[in-house]
Amino acid sequence: MVFIDKNSKIIVQGITGHQGSFHSAEMVRFGANVVAGITPGKGGTAVNGIPVFDTVAECMHLKPDASMISVPAPFVKDAFFEAMAGGIKLIYILTEHVPKHDEMEMYANAKRNGITLIGPNGPGLTVPFESKMGIMPNHIFKKGDVAVVSRSGTLTYEIVKALTDAGMGQSTVLGLGGDAVVGLSFLDMLKALKDDKDTNSVVLVGEIGGTAEEDAAEYIKQGFKKKVVAYIAGRSAPPGKRMGHAGAIISRGKGTADSKIKALNAAGVKVAQYPQDIPALLKEGN
Amino acid sequence: MNLFEFQGKELFRKFGIPVPDGFVISNDGELDGRQMQWPVAIKSQVLVGGRGKAGGIKFADNLDSAKAIAKELFAARLKGLKVNNLLVEGKLSIEKELYVSIAIDTSRKQPIIMVSQKGGVDIESVSDSDIFMQQIDPFVGFSPYMATAASKALGLNADLSKQFSKMLSGLYRLFKQYDAELVEINPLVITNDGKLVAADSKVSMDQDSLFRHPDIKGSYDDLTELENEARLKGYSFVELDGTIGVVANGAGLTMATLDTLLLHGLKPRNFLDLGGTDNSDIVKDAFPLILKANPKSIFVNIFGGVTKCDTVAQGIVAAKNEFKISIPLVVRLSGVHEEEGRKILEQNGIHAFPNMTDGVKKVAELSK
Repeated sequence: MVFIDKNSKIIVQGITGHQGSFHSAEMVRFGANVVAGITPGKGGTAVNGIPVFDTVAECMHLKPDASMISVPAPFVKDAFFEAMAGGIKLIYILTEHVPKHDEMEMYANAKRNGITLIGPNGPGLTVPFESKMGIMPNHIFKKGDVAVVSRSGTLTYEIVKALTDAGMGQSTVLGLGGDAVVGLSFLDMLKALKDDKDTNSVVLVGEIGGTAEEDAAEYIKQGFKKKVVAYIAGRSAPPGKRMGHAGAIISRGKGTADSKIKALNAAGVKVAQYPQDIPALLKEGN
Repeated sequence: MNLFEFQGKELFRKFGIPVPDGFVISNDGELDGRQMQWPVAIKSQVLVGGRGKAGGIKFADNLDSAKAIAKELFAARLKGLKVNNLLVEGKLSIEKELYVSIAIDTSRKQPIIMVSQKGGVDIESVSDSDIFMQQIDPFVGFSPYMATAASKALGLNADLSKQFSKMLSGLYRLFKQYDAELVEINPLVITNDGKLVAADSKVSMDQDSLFRHPDIKGSYDDLTELENEARLKGYSFVELDGTIGVVANGAGLTMATLDTLLLHGLKPRNFLDLGGTDNSDIVKDAFPLILKANPKSIFVNIFGGVTKCDTVAQGIVAAKNEFKISIPLVVRLSGVHEEEGRKILEQNGIHAFPNMTDGVKKVAELSK
């Protein structure tokens, strides 16, 4: 497992909202240690038994390790800066439609302050039956030694469920987010998984757009020891069209599924034709 | 969201970037009594590239000829798009055409300046070796040394370099203040009398930051009619050229669905992502869009999490009855409440599968 375990203390910024209240309850049900929620003006109340504070500063005596941000897009940057000012080093942003210039600014600040930034616009981070920050459905997981790293949401659940159905449990499942500018990348996650004793193999779920998969392939080629398999969505996407995710666009002939599959194959990574083929690929010898 | 050339040039003026003198008209009569420096360029305002080649940019030496051209450009469709406005401006005497833009480098997660001596052509077709790229650290912002390096790559003399530095600084301020995804000048013209002028403008706004820019009037001319309707209804929708209508949830899963169809020799008619919803009306209301695209059959692919499969099934049944869907309809449901969902569908005579590939095979069989 990486980044969080059952002892990690999590706060939820925006806990009184529809998403915040529903998903914080699901997180607690999964085993997450959610110690506080933050909503300005709602301090002193509680959501599903979790105490609510007006500001992050007011809850810092609880020594939180991580924050999940689920506030409306125009307020995300402010919530991020508040968590950063509090000294929180793991920040996950669930919200979609965050302005790209805000994303660049948050990323630059995260980098300079040693903050691990996950998202925006991803399903979050799940360590089966230890802890969870985000919105992945609880029932699809099984504890095991496969790490899954993905740029999408539903497609991740699809692949996790296929693994679980095949009897292959997961060590950590991370959604990077579908936006064009996100914090953690495949490469960062591979570096984090390199020495993770709970992880023996890795599934990368990529899609068209950007060069994150190619960068990961280059790193794997240089001697990543664990088995890696992949799926790439968007083989059929025409250039110049944004396929739902802001990041899923082919421009200047770059970011095609072909280029990613080629790069991964060259690094010895087998790429599945269909999402449900992932478990079989993992079972195959190299 | 892209701005029209004239909107982009208004922003250029605001940030001190030289553009030709000009004005916008919405009918040929508006040319009467205007001060013009002949000859003029008359440019159709549409949101597609390659306007010149498609006949959307013409030149005139006098008022009669300008009015005739305007009339003709307003009457014709350009690459299928209606021309609502023409930009009329003094024709430039061109010595050389260059390229400059500032965009977001999504790999390094920061702005990037790109310049090229190969201006005036679609930058998509210019190879990397002909483009000079300069990263901008957002903590530093634009600094003149960046323009020095870019000027050198453009082969500019001392005087032009000075003009270019001022221009690039303005372009960066515009990029940042307006939350742009892309600000592009192509071509950036060196005139015969040694001036740098932005002959064209491309400004792509970040849809998600429009709330901060109430002065920007959006236009969605570059979307198809159906894409625009979907946008207003809140669906993520892209029109494609195949025959199989597609409804799925999640962008990644929707793409995987299109890929799986293609691997089975079936061409998708569209990309439609329902997003995360547990409301059967949102499912139901997606169908009129699909039906308007006239597909041969429809494939629905749902993985239930927050979205419950029985809710989805209710939406599909309601759509089938309300919109009298008579073309083949195949549904794949997996995840939360999948058995209940498939039961609802089967009771209503709709093919339901737990596995995507089995669903796609059924679509193939029914589409023969």
